[in-house]
Amino acid sequence: MIFKTIVKEDLKKLFNVHLKDVECVGPKQVATSNDGKAVYQFLPFESFDEINLNHEKTEYSAKTYFLPFRETLSTFNFKNGDWDQEIKYRKQQRVLVGLHPCDINALVKLDKVFAKDLFPSPYYRSRRENTFVIGIDCDKPCTDGFCASVGADVVTHGFDLFLRDIGDKYFVKVGSDRGLNVLNKISPTDISPEERKSYRKKTKEFLAGFKNTIRVENLPNTLDIEFESPVWKKWGDKCLSCGSCAMVCPTCYCYGVSEQISMDFKKSEKVKQLYSCNLLDFAMVAGAHNFRPARETRLKYRYYHQHRGFVESFGEPKCVGCNRCGRACLANINPVDVISDLQMEL
Amino acid sequence: MEYLGIKPNKPKVAVFDFSGCEGCELQLVNKEDTLIDFLSAIDLRGWREASSVINDDYDIALIEGSITRDDEIKRLEKIRSHAKVLVALGSCACFGGVNQMKNVFDLKKANQEVYGDKPKETAKVKAVKDVVKVDLEIPGCPISKAEVESIIRHLAWGMPFSYPVYPVCVECKQRFTTCMFEKGLMCLGPITMAGCNAPCPAGGLGCWGCRGPAKDPNYESFFAIARERGFSTAEVNERLNFFGGFQEVNAK
Ligand code: SF4
Ligand code: SF4
Ligand code: SF4
Ligand code: SF4
Ligand code: SF4
Repeated sequence: MIFKTIVKEDLKKLFNVHLKDVECVGPKQVATSNDGKAVYQFLPFESFDEINLNHEKTEYSAKTYFLPFRETLSTFNFKNGDWDQEIKYRKQQRVLVGLHPCDINALVKLDKVFAKDLFPSPYYRSRRENTFVIGIDCDKPCTDGFCASVGADVVTHGFDLFLRDIGDKYFVKVGSDRGLNVLNKISPTDISPEERKSYRKKTKEFLAGFKNTIRVENLPNTLDIEFESPVWKKWGDKCLSCGSCAMVCPTCYCYGVSEQISMDFKKSEKVKQLYSCNLLDFAMVAGAHNFRPARETRLKYRYYHQHRGFVESFGEPKCVGCNRCGRACLANINPVDVISDLQMEL
Repeated sequence: MEYLGIKPNKPKVAVFDFSGCEGCELQLVNKEDTLIDFLSAIDLRGWREASSVINDDYDIALIEGSITRDDEIKRLEKIRSHAKVLVALGSCACFGGVNQMKNVFDLKKANQEVYGDKPKETAKVKAVKDVVKVDLEIPGCPISKAEVESIIRHLAWGMPFSYPVYPVCVECKQRFTTCMFEKGLMCLGPITMAGCNAPCPAGGLGCWGCRGPAKDPNYESFFAIARERGFSTAEVNERLNFFGGFQEVNAK
């Protein structure tokens, strides 16, 4: 890994001068919550001043730039009793800035499923390869995140550049060739021994600051043993089956595909729409049989995918501990409470 | 035009208005980019807002508005006897809509309030299904034209149409709206059927439930959430009763 430092003003220059012709997306404030907190979302910006890299954490994850909620997979044009098929991948370059460790680790997990597994998705890969990712370490843990418990508090790859605020400068980890090329536009400097120290000290403080924790080492086994636990009913009874958790989650990727015919009947589109395992008909099959008619079962399976199924396939949980699901859930169903509850069942 | 070797039907459609604001009919002539195609997919047999054609020979009757007078009952029954498929169009036709709020008042007093000393004939507001058999309900205040187009396409190819079973929250989240509750406001999104693309939370009003309940809504949990967040029973019930889609459902 190459390490550099840049003065803060230069980062602004990078965007306002060198990247001004590329679509840039970063954490923008969109609202203020009832309790006075700023609400941020990853949104396109024109000037660097519109975004705030000190944001706590965005309301929605950055997955939408890789797995949009709705995406046309292919278009069929009907002609003279025949048809031709048209497929478009998104190729336009985009810069995504301000992703925290949880966000980048989520992308690394999505890569495992959509870029590196047996059936890579060309839609995903095209977006991923054409997106330049600039992450930034969190100054201190967000109030409700538990990324440290699931090994998502530290990033080693999956980005082009990764920053940490060390006062008047950013400490930069360079994660790719193109990352170095872009960085070289603003004359970075080699790190001094003081800067290295300062970076390590800040990182140490961040890693030691977590209050929200769960133990996940034996979680897949606990989940297996507690399949019938009353804990599922307790939380399931609260669940609104609204899917908000999966929509904001950076790693939830389940989807449905439907055929949409145009009103002039001359073409048809295969449209992919992200779905959620908490929705009533998620496991409905032909003949209208529903494998998971109960809320508690659907809720349980969301946790099983995050903390058991994914571990079986990839040796790590799918969850990156950002607690966006817990924040979005009106019923306050959140991984730390649900999992702790389950582990207390003795 | 054939699709996968199947010839489409061109359903004979007539539109009828009863007591309502005609907003749903207006929605039918909206979405100009596809209006011509929409009108050529159907065989229009009567529709005051879009055409001068009047014909008693139709398969599908779209009924807009609620039923509030005795003569409307007779007219509706006649339409039912002609139509193969009768569709309740919009929240008024499906549930009584905003009009049914009148039902909690004394009819005479309500009449006087609106018409003063020139009273008009009026009865308790009924949904279309309270008078005749309804084959399909298209709820919404107003209806979503995109949804109506989709229904017509399904009808044209004889394919079964189904509504989303999930609540408004899914579509709300998919358009990146910050939750109303997060801002300290109320929203019926978690218990209301999606399909409208959640315009009201996005517009800052929260959902008022114009499409009626989602499938298997979790009322108990929803009422508990509203209570915990400081909304009174009366506030919740006012919303639930607004369009009439949540008959018999009340927070306690
Ligand atoms: S867990 Fe919460 S956010 Fe998820 S579906 Fe249930 S109620 Fe909605
Ligand atoms: S979950 Fe972890 S990485 Fe994500 S914002 Fe919170 S502290 Fe930062
Ligand atoms: S399950 Fe919840 S905590 Fe885990 S990654 Fe998804 S949103 Fe974040
Ligand atoms: S604003 Fe309403 S519809 Fe949207 S997520 Fe919140 S409760 Fe659901
Ligand atoms: S958000 Fe609610 S009130 Fe608004 S159109 Fe949709 S269902 Fe109706």
